[in-house]
Amino acid sequence: MSDRLVVLPYGDRALLVEVDGLDAVAAVRTALDHDPLPGQVDLVPAARTVLVLLDRPPAETDSARLRRLPLTPPAGDDAVRTVDLPVVFDGPDLSDVADLTGRPVPQLVEELTAAELTVAFGGFAPGFGYLTGLPEHLHVPRRSTPRTRVPAGAVGLAGPFAGAYPRASPGGWQLVGRTDAVLFDVDRDPPALLIPGTRVRLREVR
Amino acid sequence: MLRVLAPGPLATVQDAGRPGWAAIGVPRSGAADRAAHDLANRLVGNLPSAATVEATAGGLRLRAERTTLVAVTGAPVPVTVAGRAAPCNAPLTVPAGAELVLGTPAIGLRSYVAVRGGVDVAQVLGSRSTDRLSGLGPEPLAAGDVLAVGDAAGEEPVVDVAPVRPPPDRPVLRVLPGPRRDWLAPDAWTRLTSDGWTVSPDSDRVGLRLTGPRLERARDDELPSEGLVPGAVQVPPDGAPVLFLADHPVTGGYPVLAVVVTADLPMAAQLRPGDELRFRAAR
Repeated sequence: MSDRLVVLPYGDRALLVEVDGLDAVAAVRTALDHDPLPGQVDLVPAARTVLVLLDRPPAETDSARLRRLPLTPPAGDDAVRTVDLPVVFDGPDLSDVADLTGRPVPQLVEELTAAELTVAFGGFAPGFGYLTGLPEHLHVPRRSTPRTRVPAGAVGLAGPFAGAYPRASPGGWQLVGRTDAVLFDVDRDPPALLIPGTRVRLREVR
Repeated sequence: MLRVLAPGPLATVQDAGRPGWAAIGVPRSGAADRAAHDLANRLVGNLPSAATVEATAGGLRLRAERTTLVAVTGAPVPVTVAGRAAPCNAPLTVPAGAELVLGTPAIGLRSYVAVRGGVDVAQVLGSRSTDRLSGLGPEPLAAGDVLAVGDAAGEEPVVDVAPVRPPPDRPVLRVLPGPRRDWLAPDAWTRLTSDGWTVSPDSDRVGLRLTGPRLERARDDELPSEGLVPGAVQVPPDGAPVLFLADHPVTGGYPVLAVVVTADLPMAAQLRPGDELRFRAAR
């Protein structure tokens, strides 16, 4: 893993920290969660970046501090939350994904449930978590034509990510199943089931 | 209590939004023109956390069920209280049973109605704002709705009228370079800051879609999704920039060429379809 960290200007209330991958994103996010910049109001972890939102104009000292952030998560950090996501594997794209990955459906399901996934970041909709950790041979392209409506609870794959739709929306992911887990509930703390850093296992239910 | 007699084209309850939830995909939302929203609250002596009604293109009619102190700010609209003309940017007393009526603004888009004590609708994740992108918060106002008045009143107001400049005829938004300026063709920044732009009809609280010269990409590879801020000017593959407003998505997958300075976001929130604008480099 490289140790590249670049701080990019982003208007007069934010800085964008760019790194090389999800591990470094997690490290930056964890460090800034524990020890925020003065006036830090929000963090947006993404695939290769962490956006740091401030309530004031950024200063050169902020960039200097960001450039010194660790790029590997501290060992023995917080107890990691683990979520078992019950999934019925009957999605409309399940056989397409089986074809694309060159394995029969039962084996595909076995490999999906064996994968140790982690919520890398959110962002598409409230409660949507981008799950990483799929073995490379299960990376599949998005559908060539997105669906205009993906039902709430649909579990899908796209590129290196898996994810579950908290509510009905358009979407281009390959749908392999569905879950009845409550992915987002404004009356719960935290409201999202899949917050960044959470470990996730897909558990087959029928 | 306020009864909604007519909401106009779109009226929503707004406050300072719900910052702090971006990591789980929740947009900040809140009043599109924060300066006008804050001023409305100050004029009736509200705490900064109080919620106001954001009326889009006027047309809002409210009836006060008891004597209520209100203020109308933002896009300048003809205002009447109990049938008599009343000023914007000033505290107004609406007697019990009387109507507050907003006409149509000749310029600008969003007007704010503050009521002393604040509009008290249920909070969702710490905010009373309606988020048109994520669907969080209360539904837009509809005729027949009854709005409770809260207890977010502070000191008695002392200002009779606030001096406010009307929205400019020729709006110029100051921009700073965005994080992905190098993903666009070398002349994209120059074109953005020297050519004229028009707000397209396909604009809302999420963002303004702009028509003008097509901005070309320098790189064709895919940009992994990354965080967005209010004021971010993103350039999708069709080359027509999108200027994000209050209900912008948390992340986006196209390069951000420029970012409007925070002080000019209220001006951006007052632009309406067909309006022309320019960008100027802030430094």
